[in-house]
Amino acid sequence: MSVTSTAPARRPRSLHSTRIAVVLVAPAVILLALFTIAPGVYAFVLSLLQQRVSGGLFGGETTEVFVGFANYAAALGDGEFWASIGRMLLVAVIGVPATVLLAALFALCLDARGARLVGFARIAIFLPYAVPGVIASLLWGFLYLPATSPIGGDVVDFFGSPMIFFAVANIAVWGVVGFNMVILYTAVRGLPAEIYDAAALDGASELQIALRIKLPMIRPAIVMVTLFSVLGALQLYNEPTALRPLANAITSSWVPLMKVYSQAFVENDVYQGAASALVIVVLTVGATVLVNVIGSRISAAAERAE
Amino acid sequence: MKKRTLRSMVAVAGAATIGAGLLAGCSPSSPDEGSDGPVTLSFVSWDPHMDEIVDVWNEENPDIQVELSTPSESADELVTKFITQHQAGANPDIVKVEYQSLPALISNGVVVDLAQYVPDLSSRFDDASLAQVEFEGKVYGVPQDFAPLVFFYRQDVFDSLGLSAPATWDDYAAAARAIHAANPAQYLGTFSAGDPGWFAGLAQQAGANWWSASGDTWTVAVNDAASKKVADYWQGLISEGVIKSDPFWSTQWSAEMNDGTLVGWVSAAWAPAQLPNIAADTAGKWVAAPVPAWTAGDPATGIWGGSAMAVTSDSKHPQQAAEFLEWLNTSDEALSAQISKINVYPAATSGRELPELDAPPAFMSNQPDYYQVVAQVAPNAKSFDIWGPDATVTFGAYRDGFANALQNGTSLSDALDAMQKATVDDMTKLGFTVEE
Repeated sequence: MSVTSTAPARRPRSLHSTRIAVVLVAPAVILLALFTIAPGVYAFVLSLLQQRVSGGLFGGETTEVFVGFANYAAALGDGEFWASIGRMLLVAVIGVPATVLLAALFALCLDARGARLVGFARIAIFLPYAVPGVIASLLWGFLYLPATSPIGGDVVDFFGSPMIFFAVANIAVWGVVGFNMVILYTAVRGLPAEIYDAAALDGASELQIALRIKLPMIRPAIVMVTLFSVLGALQLYNEPTALRPLANAITSSWVPLMKVYSQAFVENDVYQGAASALVIVVLTVGATVLVNVIGSRISAAAERAE
Repeated sequence: MKKRTLRSMVAVAGAATIGAGLLAGCSPSSPDEGSDGPVTLSFVSWDPHMDEIVDVWNEENPDIQVELSTPSESADELVTKFITQHQAGANPDIVKVEYQSLPALISNGVVVDLAQYVPDLSSRFDDASLAQVEFEGKVYGVPQDFAPLVFFYRQDVFDSLGLSAPATWDDYAAAARAIHAANPAQYLGTFSAGDPGWFAGLAQQAGANWWSASGDTWTVAVNDAASKKVADYWQGLISEGVIKSDPFWSTQWSAEMNDGTLVGWVSAAWAPAQLPNIAADTAGKWVAAPVPAWTAGDPATGIWGGSAMAVTSDSKHPQQAAEFLEWLNTSDEALSAQISKINVYPAATSGRELPELDAPPAFMSNQPDYYQVVAQVAPNAKSFDIWGPDATVTFGAYRDGFANALQNGTSLSDALDAMQKATVDDMTKLGFTVEE
């Protein structure tokens, strides 16, 4: 190759920057290994064990026994586990489209020409995100309970059987719409203004600009917002747990994460909890891949159409 | 060259700072006090005003200092926390634990036998209290209070309708119907799917015996005939619409107790200590009476809660901890303070003779003989032979099963069958010998 004359000047610099890069990335990698990967491996080891007592009325010494994949079989064969996944999916089906649609609607409205009080509205919509999840759930719990509700809780049974899913989804959507709106609003603000001028010259109305120009151009941001919402929906835990003491509607295994918690810490079966948790991880990764594939297919199809 | 050196120096300095920060977070904890200096004990209890009683001990005992911390979790969540913390060896020295949860802590090795530190503990408690803490000849906790079921009702509402305290459960049902008929917004009480200990007390009164043991074999009978009788009785009242089905301890329930929507509460002897936080506006309007009986004249009642105080196996000073507990739960000085400040009905036999029991708790100022009512029902309080080693599983199954049944209108008796299955399956999986 003919690069020998320039190579010696380049090589030390590239090695040097590699070293600096490694040093700067090292803390994050170390923390990832310590607090995500190592516990994950430990959880996998735990999921292959079970606890046994060694005789006597109160069990004497307890020992750990290797049981292979018995915990996984128990988790996958448990009707209640699949029912909890079903309930979580129901809340997701209500909550994820609501989040994405509302976030997009708010972002487009805030960016419309002639929008007033934009600064105040942005803060007001974002404020629920600043309320901690448990406090927001308790707040909404008081708004739902018939005895303390100012929004008609004594007329509508928010804790009744179909309504409870909307009630839980409402709390999650209320909390997270502001954050997603900010993402989409930033994306919209980043679009070049000349396009709007050109469209206005062609006779497009504000609504047509919003739907035909802005929305398609922020498609990557919308896919990202959808992915975040789906991931958040799969990890639903705060809202049902905080609402549970208030009524009979929510059991200790209403969503998969609650089942993991109650297996590990109420039934004192950490091993079964670890197995259930890893099953949920596999399902979550599968869902993420699915959303990404669907998202890129839609983008590719839309680009081919343009 | 200069630029590169400066950049690399900054990079190394940054990495070193971050590394030092990580290491600082892992610094070792401070060493324990030596046996020459004062011993500090950590004590977890949710009793209100317990800090004032601990202060008295700390003043009189400079060489054994007790640090109290009040937990925010419920009693059941605390049991789970203690079992989990034990695996890290991080439990406090002294813990307050409800009698129903003590066997679960014993089978997880969380608490120690106190008989070796305080030899004559058994002589200071009656058989009913001792049966809750003594197993296989070892004493795993010092009983603090005794909590027989007591029925509280609003005297003013009963008087306005010409009702008197129900003597039998049939009378209770009739009163519930009368109250709801007179005012459709009023109920005699609610059935709580969130309190397994409460339902267990009602089952005990009916003669149920959920767990018994002979040798090393357990017998589990959560769905026995007596328990089903209790479940069916309450199911009837709920489907008639005269008893609500909301859980205790929620904001909704407190609001309803406070504004007169609920005019009765089947509770236990410790209720007056909790009522100021629940229904402060109704102080002085409630009256305590023995719980209705299944057959007229039968004095039997059940138990809801009550706790013992135990020394954990993680404690480095069990001898001193046991001495503190002996003072706290058997000495006249401490028991008088507990009666007047925490409104406990003591488990210790000497405590039941104290003059503080002549004055009623502040919330029940309208009923000067409150503690006499408790003393009258206490000797007839029945409990199960023994609480199971995985009572947490049974209680979890109660909460889920009964909540589902109330929400969907299905049978409470079937929920009892589900509780039985969950308990037996868990005990068998762990390796206990179970006979049904």
